[in-house]
Amino acid sequence: MTTLGWMDPVLRSARPQTIGALLRYFRDLDQAEEAFQEACLRALKIWPVNGPPRDPVAWLILVGRNVALDDVRRRSKSAPLPADAAISDLDDAESDIAERLDSSHYRDDVLRLLFICCHPDLPAVQQIALALRIVSGMSVKEIARAFLVGESAMEQRITRAKSRVTRADVPFETPGAVERAERLGAVAAMIYLVFNEGYSASGGTVHVRTPLCEEAIRLARLLLTLFPGEPEILGLTALLLLQHARAPARIDGDGAIVLLDDQDRRLWDRDLIAEGLALIDKAVRHRRPGPYQLQAAIAGVHAHAASSKDTDWSEIDQLYATLERLHPSPVVTLNRAVAVNKVHGPAAALAMIEPLAEPLAGYFHFFGVKGGLLMRLGRAEEARVAFDQAIALAHTPAEAAHIRLHLDRLIKENQPA
Amino acid sequence: MLYALLCCHDEAVVRSWTKAEDDAVLAKRHKVTERLAAKGKLGPALRLMPTTAATTVRMGGEPVVLDGPFAETKEALLGFYLIDCDSLDEAIETAKDIGRDEKVVFEIRPVKLFLPNGIAS
Repeated sequence: MTTLGWMDPVLRSARPQTIGALLRYFRDLDQAEEAFQEACLRALKIWPVNGPPRDPVAWLILVGRNVALDDVRRRSKSAPLPADAAISDLDDAESDIAERLDSSHYRDDVLRLLFICCHPDLPAVQQIALALRIVSGMSVKEIARAFLVGESAMEQRITRAKSRVTRADVPFETPGAVERAERLGAVAAMIYLVFNEGYSASGGTVHVRTPLCEEAIRLARLLLTLFPGEPEILGLTALLLLQHARAPARIDGDGAIVLLDDQDRRLWDRDLIAEGLALIDKAVRHRRPGPYQLQAAIAGVHAHAASSKDTDWSEIDQLYATLERLHPSPVVTLNRAVAVNKVHGPAAALAMIEPLAEPLAGYFHFFGVKGGLLMRLGRAEEARVAFDQAIALAHTPAEAAHIRLHLDRLIKENQPA
Repeated sequence: MLYALLCCHDEAVVRSWTKAEDDAVLAKRHKVTERLAAKGKLGPALRLMPTTAATTVRMGGEPVVLDGPFAETKEALLGFYLIDCDSLDEAIETAKDIGRDEKVVFEIRPVKLFLPNGIAS
């Protein structure tokens, strides 16, 4: 790190809390962002000289607020701008504001900021882009790169999304328990979207877009720090950690997808797995199961197994059955069928997914799984049709290549000897 | 005299480090700890998981188990045990056992990295 390198992570990590508090103060997103920018510029000038403040977030909030007030004054051409030295002399004011801005205040500020990005009228991509821009502070250029679109197109999308949420009127009063729980649920879903966008990539050639996954984990951890006793937030964070732990094994040297069964598990990140399992341990103690906890538990069963053969598939089948009851969805049933195939064989699994043909008619994985099961049952012609449908629905070249691999195997096995 | 160095850090900042930044900090420290180890002046070292993985057991009367790290400022860190348990439940029970009839608080933190001799390998 350079001499000033220490400041970058400090400013980056202070961003959600600072903008959240400034938003509560100004009730205007653009103004809050501008004030934060200005406060950061002052910090870059003042901190290297005076050393870092005891509470950087409180410092930035106070300076951001003052700068904006000065701006108003300057526009009204009254009082002159104070010198930087005066602004740096904040010790008393800083400890005062630090006391008032205790963690419970920060908590609702950050939650509100995240919640604003989850407006139900916004398509998923815009929610994600907005959160990455406003909360994480990623540049438009970085976000555009992650979504494989041009910078100006992404700029437009974010501007549109912003004006949509600005008109949404999210109340600034401290939320009640029910409202807080609702916000938490919406924010958790949005963070999961950010991760999924990085994990499965809805287009382009790079299959795992690591920065998005890492950002989602950072946001989940932030949320968990603020709500340490929420089992579903423990579950969400555990789920992301356990899935991300497999990233190094998911793509081979040629950029092709490696399925869970075939992954080299020595490549899995043991640190992330250990942390994910520790969080599941904590969540389970609450005895309030939910979808994220169950999915994390499933990922945990995989993480425990040395190989696909050693996996406790009936445990996974059970967990999916519970998830189906709690949160019925054709995708959950499809996933359960993969476990059923291992426990009861391909015929049982195929019977299970047959009713899903209609709801999952446009779903790549449905045809991938169906083709795989048909192949195992020796119904080669039907398998080929399913694989062709999967290829037509593939989002990335890696997905298509993976199915083609099955097709090739199918053709090879069915060639007359 | 043996001394314990307790590493305190702004966790939000550490969480914001990129992998490269984190590696750079470890590499920088490694240069020092290796020198200490060569002189026989280094004991075990460990890195804890984030406080989001922490559970707190508050003894005195009926023990209370809370999610999250120990956050009070009145009590000071006076010592610690390293225990090997199969589960969080076992760790909690062990803490209750050790602190029986005391008014003590245990923060239980899973260990991310344990180096018995202070340095890797």
